[in-house]
Amino acid sequence: MKAIVCVKQVPDTAGKVAYKPDGTLDRAAMEVVTNPDDLNALEAALQLKDEAGCEVVVISMGPAPAEGMLRELLARGADRAILVSGREFGGSDTFATSQILAAAVNRVGVGPDDIVFCGRQAIDGDTAQVGPQIAEKLHLPQVSYAAEIKKDGNQLTVKRMLEDGFMMLRVDTPCLITCIKELNQPRYMNVRGIFECFDKEIEVFDYEALKDDPLIETDTIGLKGSPTNVFKAFTPPQKGAGAMLNGDDAAAKLASILAEKHLI
Amino acid sequence: MTDFSEYKGIWVFCEQRNGELMPTDFELVSEAARLAKEIGCKVTGVVLGNGMETAAKELGGYGADEVIVCDDPLLEVYTTDAYTKVLCDLVNEYKPEALLMGATNIGRDLGPRCAARLHTGLTADATHLDVDTKEYIEFLRSSSTLDVDTVKLDEDDRNLKMTRPAFGGHMMATIICPRFRPQMSTVRPGVMKKAEFDQAKADACQVIRPAFSISKEDIHVEVLSVEKAAKKMVDLIGANVVVSVGRGISKNVKEGIALAEKLADAMGGVVGASRAVVDAGWMSSDHQVGQTGKTVHPKIYVALGISGAIQHTAGMQDSELIIAVNKNESAPIFGVADYGIVGDLFKVVPDLLKAMEAERAVR
Repeated sequence: MKAIVCVKQVPDTAGKVAYKPDGTLDRAAMEVVTNPDDLNALEAALQLKDEAGCEVVVISMGPAPAEGMLRELLARGADRAILVSGREFGGSDTFATSQILAAAVNRVGVGPDDIVFCGRQAIDGDTAQVGPQIAEKLHLPQVSYAAEIKKDGNQLTVKRMLEDGFMMLRVDTPCLITCIKELNQPRYMNVRGIFECFDKEIEVFDYEALKDDPLIETDTIGLKGSPTNVFKAFTPPQKGAGAMLNGDDAAAKLASILAEKHLI
Repeated sequence: MTDFSEYKGIWVFCEQRNGELMPTDFELVSEAARLAKEIGCKVTGVVLGNGMETAAKELGGYGADEVIVCDDPLLEVYTTDAYTKVLCDLVNEYKPEALLMGATNIGRDLGPRCAARLHTGLTADATHLDVDTKEYIEFLRSSSTLDVDTVKLDEDDRNLKMTRPAFGGHMMATIICPRFRPQMSTVRPGVMKKAEFDQAKADACQVIRPAFSISKEDIHVEVLSVEKAAKKMVDLIGANVVVSVGRGISKNVKEGIALAEKLADAMGGVVGASRAVVDAGWMSSDHQVGQTGKTVHPKIYVALGISGAIQHTAGMQDSELIIAVNKNESAPIFGVADYGIVGDLFKVVPDLLKAMEAERAVR
C-alpha cells in the first residue's frame, strides 16, 4: 500500500510581497514555502503510515531548488521523494501540469490499495484544478475538499465540504483526494527525520524518464501543450485615495460623516 | 486543431442543490446574455437534477434562450462521475463555444474534471469576461495601470477573454483558450450582476430534453448523506454592512473579533475576515472576503487591521463606501478607502462606537 502525495513549492503570497521598481512582482525576491494545503495532504498520508504502515511517496514538479522542500518533506516522514523537472515541462498550465504529474504517478504506479493525495489548491494560482485533472487522467475516482477521512480496509469515508454544509462520501481505493486545512494539523520535522533525510536520494523524473507514457506528448505538455495562455497580466489601478481622518477625534469625525450621509 | 465553426453558443452549467438553483446561476446566465449579444449567439442553461424543468425555465427570465434539462434519480445529488459524464457527453454532441459555471465547491470539482476529459482549457474563478476587443480595451482602461493606447490588440479576435486575480491576488491575468473549444471558465459567485427578471422571457424559454445515459456503474463515489451546516452561515453577500478584520487583531484576537461584532451590530451588518484571519483559524471560512473568499458589495465596508492586498480588495473594492482603519499609514487598503483612519483598531473602534452613539443621541 502506498500514499502518493503531490506537492508544490510556491512563493509565499501570504507573506511579504516584493515589487520591482517598475511595480511588477519580484518573484525571485520572495520566500518560497511548501504549499499549505499540500502539507495537509502529506499529513493525511503520514497518518495512514502511522496506522497501517504504508509507504509515503512525495512528488513535486518544479525547478531544481524544489529539492530542498522535498528533503524537508522526507524529514517530516515521507519515505521517497521525486522531483519532476525538465525544460520540456516549463510553462505548463493546469492541464499540462496534470498530464505530467499523472505520468509521474503512473511511473511510481498506483496499486489497488493506493491513494493519491493533493492539496485542494496552491496559493500562487488558487485554481484547485490540478488534483481533479490528475484524477481524470489516471481514471481514478476523486473526492475534493476533504475535511475528514476514515479508512476501513479498502473503503474510505470522506467528509467533503460544501459552502453551506458537507457531504459524507464513500469511495474505494485506488482514488484521489484533495485536502483542505480543516483535515488535520501538519506535523513538524523530527530530529531523526532531519538526520535521515540527507541520506535519502531525491529521485529526478525528467522528460526522458516520462516520455514513454502516453500522457506525455509534445502537444500535451509545457507551454505548447497548454490549452490556456495568459493574454494580458496587469495590476489594477488604485482607486483615488479617499479622505484621511486624523487627530484624536478621527473616530468622531467619521461618525459625524456617516450620520450626515444618513448611514447610521 | 479543432474546427471551431461547429462550436456555437454559450452554455451555463446551472448547479442545483436540493432541487433549487444556486443564486450564481442567475448571475451567470445574465452575464452570458451580455456576452451573447457581443458574439451574436444563443445562451443555453444546462440543468442536471431530478424534476428540474420548472426551476430551469426561470433561467429564461434572466437571459437564457433555452435550457437543457436532464432529469434522473442518479443526478438528483451531485457526484463528480455522473455529472462529468452527462455534461461532457452533451458538450461533445452539441458543441458550445463556451461553457461557464459558478466557482462553487462543486463547480470547482466538476470544471477541471470536465476540462481534462474534453481536452480543453479552463480558467478558474474569473471575475470579468469579454469577447469584443473594444469592450476589453475599455475594461483595461478602467481596471488596469496599463497604458491602454499603446496596447495593440486584434480587433477581430473573438476569443473569450477571462480575467481573474492571479498570484495570490497580487495581480490580475486575462486568460484565453485559443486552440480548443469549448472555452471554459468557472466564475466567482457574487461578481456578475443579475439581470432584471423578465417573466415573458421565462415563459418563452425553450426546454430541450436530450437523450443521455447514466447508470450506477458510472458512479464510483457513493453519497451517504448531504448535511446542512448546523451553524447558520453568515450571509456576507446579502449584507448591507460588512465589518471585516485582518491580521491587525493578532495582539488580542478574541477582543478584536468582539469589537468587530459590536461595530457590525451597531451598523446593522455582519462580520467578515481577511484570508490571514481564516488561515490562522481565528474565524471560519464562511466569513472570508477576497479572492479565495466571497465577493461583496455592501453599502458600507469597514476594514479593520487589513493591509489590503489585491487578494482582499478583489473581493470588496466595489463596495459603495469603504472605511479603513490600519496602524500602517502606507497600507494599500487606504488606496481603495473612501475614509481612512491611521490608528490602532483597539482604540479607534471603541471611540467610533461611542461617537456613533453620541451622534444618534443628537439626531
